[in-house]
Amino acid sequence: MCGIAGLIHRDGTAKIGQEMTDMLQALKHRGPDSTGFALYGKPGRNEFIMRFKVAEQEDMDKGFDIHQAVKDRRATVDGRLESLGVKVIDQAEATEYAFRYRIQFDGDMKKLADYIEDVEGAEVLSMGNALELIKDLGDAATVSEQYGLKKFKGTHGIGHTRMATESDVDIRSAHPYWAYPYNDIAVVHNGQITNYWMMRRQFERRGHRFMSSCDSELLAVYTAYNLDQGATLEDSLKQSIDEIDGVFSYLVATRDSLGLAKDCMAAKPMVLYESDDLVAMASEEMAIRAIIPHEIDTWDPYDNEVKVWQA
Amino acid sequence: MAGVTTQEKQEQLSHDLGMHTEALRGRTQQVFFDMEKLGEGGYGYPDAPDVDFNKRAEFDAADMESTDINLELRKLTRKGYGTIVVKNPGAKHSLGVGVLHRLNLIFEGSLGYFGCGLIDGPNVRIQGRVGWACGENMMGGTIVIAKNAGSQFGAAIRGGDLVCKGHVGSRTGIDQKGGTIIVGGDTGAFTGFMMQRGRMIICGNAGKNLGDSMYDGTIYVGGEVEDYGVDAVPGPLGEDDKAWLTRKLKMYDMLPAKGVDHFKKINSGKQLWNYDNLEPNEKKLVL
Repeated sequence: MCGIAGLIHRDGTAKIGQEMTDMLQALKHRGPDSTGFALYGKPGRNEFIMRFKVAEQEDMDKGFDIHQAVKDRRATVDGRLESLGVKVIDQAEATEYAFRYRIQFDGDMKKLADYIEDVEGAEVLSMGNALELIKDLGDAATVSEQYGLKKFKGTHGIGHTRMATESDVDIRSAHPYWAYPYNDIAVVHNGQITNYWMMRRQFERRGHRFMSSCDSELLAVYTAYNLDQGATLEDSLKQSIDEIDGVFSYLVATRDSLGLAKDCMAAKPMVLYESDDLVAMASEEMAIRAIIPHEIDTWDPYDNEVKVWQA
Repeated sequence: MAGVTTQEKQEQLSHDLGMHTEALRGRTQQVFFDMEKLGEGGYGYPDAPDVDFNKRAEFDAADMESTDINLELRKLTRKGYGTIVVKNPGAKHSLGVGVLHRLNLIFEGSLGYFGCGLIDGPNVRIQGRVGWACGENMMGGTIVIAKNAGSQFGAAIRGGDLVCKGHVGSRTGIDQKGGTIIVGGDTGAFTGFMMQRGRMIICGNAGKNLGDSMYDGTIYVGGEVEDYGVDAVPGPLGEDDKAWLTRKLKMYDMLPAKGVDHFKKINSGKQLWNYDNLEPNEKKLVL
C-alpha cells in the first residue's frame, strides 16, 4: 500500500523534520516496514551533505565480524574520499552503519558516488547542497528519533512509509530514492510500475545504476535522466504520465521545488492542501491534519494531474 | 393473500427481499427477517435501537480511535439518543459505518476513508471533507457533505441520497446499484463506471470515460463532459427529468440559478441479456 507525504513552506524555513515525522507517523498503518525522509535545509556554500551507509540494519545481527567489517568499510570510504581530494568538514555517525559527511568537492560527483559504492555494502543515499536523505527500518517516530530529525529546519521535504510488496524489507529498497548522480533530487512513490523491467533495461544500457529491485527506484533514475536531457521538472512529470505504465502517485523534490504527478487512472490516492504560506500533500488527509489542527479545505488531484510548487 | 399463513407470507417477503429462509447449519450466525417481531410491514433491522431525535448528545473524538468512536455511537443510540454530534473526527477512517436505523448524525470536521459505509437509515451531515469511498454500499438514508470528497464516492451504493456540495475525485458511483448521488462541483475520470441502477447528478464537469461500461441507470451532467465511456449514450432531457432534477436539487439547496434545462442526460446504450429478469420486481422498486 505505502504512504507518501510532502510539504513545502513558501514563507521561509520551518521545523520540517518534526512536521514530516508527524505526517508520516499518521500514515504508519499504510506501511510499517520502513520510513524515509528527504529534507531540504539551507544550501551550504561550496559544500555538500553526503549521506551513505555501509551495511543494512539486518546485517548487524549476522556474523561475529560484522562490527569490525563496518568499521573497515568506513575506513575504506574515508581513504577513497581522501584519494579523490574530497575535504571532509565534519562527519556524524547516525547509526553504526549510516553516516552523514559534510564535504567540499569540485570534481565529478558521479565518479565520487561510484567510487564509494564500489566498497562492499556501501550505498550513497544522497548527495546535495540542501538535501538530506534518511531512511531506515521502523516507523517514522523510530527513524526520526534514531537520526535526530525533529530539530531539522528547512523549506520542504518528502517522505514515505513503506509496505514492502515486491522487494525486500531493507534500506536499499526503502524510499525516498536519490536521483543518482544528480544533487538534491529525491523521489517517493506510491503505486506499481508495470513496465519497470523494460524501462530499467533501457536505462541500464545507458549506464544508469540501480541499487534495488524496487520499481519506485525507476522514477528517480527516470527523473534524473530527463533533467539531464534538459527537461524541466514539470516536463518530466508530464512526460512520465505517458511513458510510465501502471498506477502511481509520486512526488519529486529538488533544491527549491516540489512536484506531484498522478497516473491516468487516478488509481492511487493523494490529498492536497494549499495556502499562501504552505502546501501539504499526503496519501491520506489524516497526515495533513497531523500538522494543521484547524479546519481546512483539501481536495484530490485528478487523473493526469501534474503540479509543481516553488519554495 | 387469503389462506396464506404468516410463515408463508414471511418466506415470500424474505425471498422477494433476497434473503434466505432456510436455516444454515454449523456455526453461521444467521439473523432472519421476522415479521411477527417487527409487526406487519415493519422493515427495521433486528435489534435496531429505537431513538428519539429530540434526545441530543455530543462528544469530542479528537483523542479517540476509529473503533472507539463507532462504539461510542452504538452506546449512545442504545440509550435512545437520536441526534449525535461528533466533534473533531480528524479525518479518521471508517467512522459512522454500519448504522442501520434512524439517527441524525453530525460530524463537525472531516472524515477519512470509508466514512458512513453500509448505512441504512440515518441522516448524516458532514461539515468537512470526506476521503475515499464515502457511503460505500449504503442502502438507505442521506449523507450530505459540505466540502469536497475523495475518489470512489458512493461506490456500489444501493439506496438513499449521497450528496457532496464540493468536488469529488475519480470513479464516483462506481458499480452504483441504486439510490441517488449528487455532486455540486466537478467529478473525475470513470464516473459511473459499471453503473447498474440509480441516478447520479453532476452539477459541474465530468472527467473522461463518463459512464464507461454502465449497464443501466441515469447520469445527469450540468457542465462539460470530457468524453463518454463505452456504452454511455447521451439522450434527450424530458420534462419528467427536469421536474425530478429540480425537486431533488432543491431538497439540498443546490438548484443552479439558471435551472436545470442545460443538463445532459446519459443512459446505457446496451442491453444485457436477461438483465431485467435477474431480480424480483419488488426488489427493483426498492433499488
